[in-house]
Amino acid sequence: MDIVVFTLAEQLILTLAALMLFTSFLLLAQTRLLTLIHIFALQGGLLCVTTLVIAFTYGRHHLLISAALTLGLKVFFIPILLQRLVARLDIKREVEVVGNPTLIMLGAAALVLFSYYAVLPIRELSMLATRNTIAISLAIILLGMLLIISRRKAVVQVVGFMCMENGLLFAAVAATQGMPMVVEMGVALDVLVAAILFGIFFFQIRTEFGSLDVDKLNRLKEVD
Amino acid sequence: MHNLNFSTYSALYLTLIIPLVGSGVLALCGHRRIAGSLNLILCSATFITSFILAVEIFYSGSIITPLNFFYVDAFNVYLVLLNSFVGLTTAVFSGPYMAHEQKIGRVKNAGMRLYHSMYQGFLFTMLLALTTNNLGILWVAVEGATLATVLLVSLYRTPESIEAGWKYFILCGVGIAQAMFGTTLIYFAAVQIIPDSSQALMWSVLYAHASELEPTVLLLAFVFLIVGYGTKVGLVPLHNWLPDAHSEGPTPMSAILSGLLLNIALYAVVRFKMLIDPALGTNIAGHIMMGFGLLSFMVAGLLLHRQLDIKRMFSYSSIEHMGLITFAFGIGGPLATFGALLHMIVHSLTKSAIFVTVGHAAQLCKTQSINQIRGLIKIQPEIGWSLLIGTVAIAGLPPFGVFTSEFLLFSATIKSYPWLVITLLAGLCIAFAGLFKHVQPMVFGVRSHGVIKIKANMWPVALHFCIILWLGIAVPEVLAGWIDQATIMISGKGVL
Repeated sequence: MDIVVFTLAEQLILTLAALMLFTSFLLLAQTRLLTLIHIFALQGGLLCVTTLVIAFTYGRHHLLISAALTLGLKVFFIPILLQRLVARLDIKREVEVVGNPTLIMLGAAALVLFSYYAVLPIRELSMLATRNTIAISLAIILLGMLLIISRRKAVVQVVGFMCMENGLLFAAVAATQGMPMVVEMGVALDVLVAAILFGIFFFQIRTEFGSLDVDKLNRLKEVD
Repeated sequence: MHNLNFSTYSALYLTLIIPLVGSGVLALCGHRRIAGSLNLILCSATFITSFILAVEIFYSGSIITPLNFFYVDAFNVYLVLLNSFVGLTTAVFSGPYMAHEQKIGRVKNAGMRLYHSMYQGFLFTMLLALTTNNLGILWVAVEGATLATVLLVSLYRTPESIEAGWKYFILCGVGIAQAMFGTTLIYFAAVQIIPDSSQALMWSVLYAHASELEPTVLLLAFVFLIVGYGTKVGLVPLHNWLPDAHSEGPTPMSAILSGLLLNIALYAVVRFKMLIDPALGTNIAGHIMMGFGLLSFMVAGLLLHRQLDIKRMFSYSSIEHMGLITFAFGIGGPLATFGALLHMIVHSLTKSAIFVTVGHAAQLCKTQSINQIRGLIKIQPEIGWSLLIGTVAIAGLPPFGVFTSEFLLFSATIKSYPWLVITLLAGLCIAFAGLFKHVQPMVFGVRSHGVIKIKANMWPVALHFCIILWLGIAVPEVLAGWIDQATIMISGKGVL
């Protein structure tokens, strides 16, 4: 393989990508609810910094709005909302992990390899840096799904869901230097509404089931 | 195309603005007595404007609004019309139905406001998804449709309905995120060749450049798109949320979810297939769709047999039919495409009529359990007959429209993949047996005691049945020509 010289901005973006992937692993390993929410906020912060770096290096000034939306929603609004809900609903702070934690981490590593494998066919089109960022964003999305599957608490499922959103935004920002403004606004609106709806659901689930364990949501079956 | 003035677009804009404004108004007064009628008036207005829009498209061809924001052609305008029509007839049913639910205390005032507001909001997001030219906005609108309906699924606040709502939210949210990744990949491929990045997600622009897009990226994107939007279509094995969401929410919602939302998601898949086919030069996207479609068709037919809830049973029937349509779009020739487009219409009309009937039957017997609904034809003949006719129609028996479209689909399959016809026929028989096993005792069985007649307005159902009967006996020339235009756009050749 040729030795590729990255510009400073590309190096920064790749470092940030690696850090975002690292926070995804942290989310998977974390068993305390509040710390989990804090790590999620950290990931949002990294996404925001990435957006800013790209906005300034490539002169895409509409990305500044996108960065502001990320900062507002992912770093402040959603983590604070989740934290308040945890306090108000008096949820147990420890989260049970379904399955063996070591296996989950190994599975997560396998998912990262898979993501690199899946984007391998994308060739010639762009530089190595972009291919890396697409692979990492796919990995973040898949790790978000793994987080949803491997935990029993509804709150963690929401964090997983929002983590997937982070992966999507990262792909849009790092690989394509931002989607058109109107799309970004629409996506941000959807995320905002989704976050509020999740909050409403917590109250409904809590009232009906007495806890936020999704294991108790088991009345509807495929057959009979 | 470009010399048209603003008044040309006014029908299009009004079609979108009326439900959007209506959603806001009903959020304020949705709990009052007049809300049902207001909802009906708004739906009528939307229907009228979309009818005008359809006539315009019929005479002057496709239109693109300034800045390429909206794009309406023969393919999406017929879905717009179908959407507003089913929205209207369901609104006729919804008014008295929800008033009854409010009276017996199942839904409180706040719930009624939410319901009516989201009814219009849901129609708006679906119409936006259909008419937008921007693939990103298409995603936002489809996700918006989920968000609009998710609280309606849990409207009754029973443990089951909350579970269904949560499942719907998480599964569709996760699924649709895959579609966003696919859309990002398409954008990634597009910005390499389209210099103006603000136009690079416009479907019409992409379609013009389709053959220049990088095929490897597009194929990868399509896999994500079919998984994402396929979750919303209810394709097996991504269908788990669908029977729950369709059975636990209020029945008018089930009618539009089953009749319309599934079509919208499939519409998105087909739009992407239209982009990907010229770039790849092979029918690999079609093969993926055929696989998913056939699997859904077979599995849903089998699962039909073991249902205990009448609405769940008919949701599996929806999965089965969406599978068949996906399969047909996958085959891709003119005949299959024509059949698939026709099947989208007849399935929507039949399924929404069935759900309206089922809603009446469930209110009559005060249960959704198949085992406790008995002898409908003796208790209230119009409901019994409607359920029977609806089931006959949806099972694909002549003389109804579903027979026509299925006949076309089968002919197309015999032409290109003769050996698959056996599987299709087997699936059809399995589904037929499953439906009638359950419906026969519900309609003809020994009537249960103590059931009193309810006030039921069966006009919307009768209207739907008349239309599908008409489509079964002779597809009107205007409609056939129209579907043919859409067929030419999708598959390159017409059948007429």
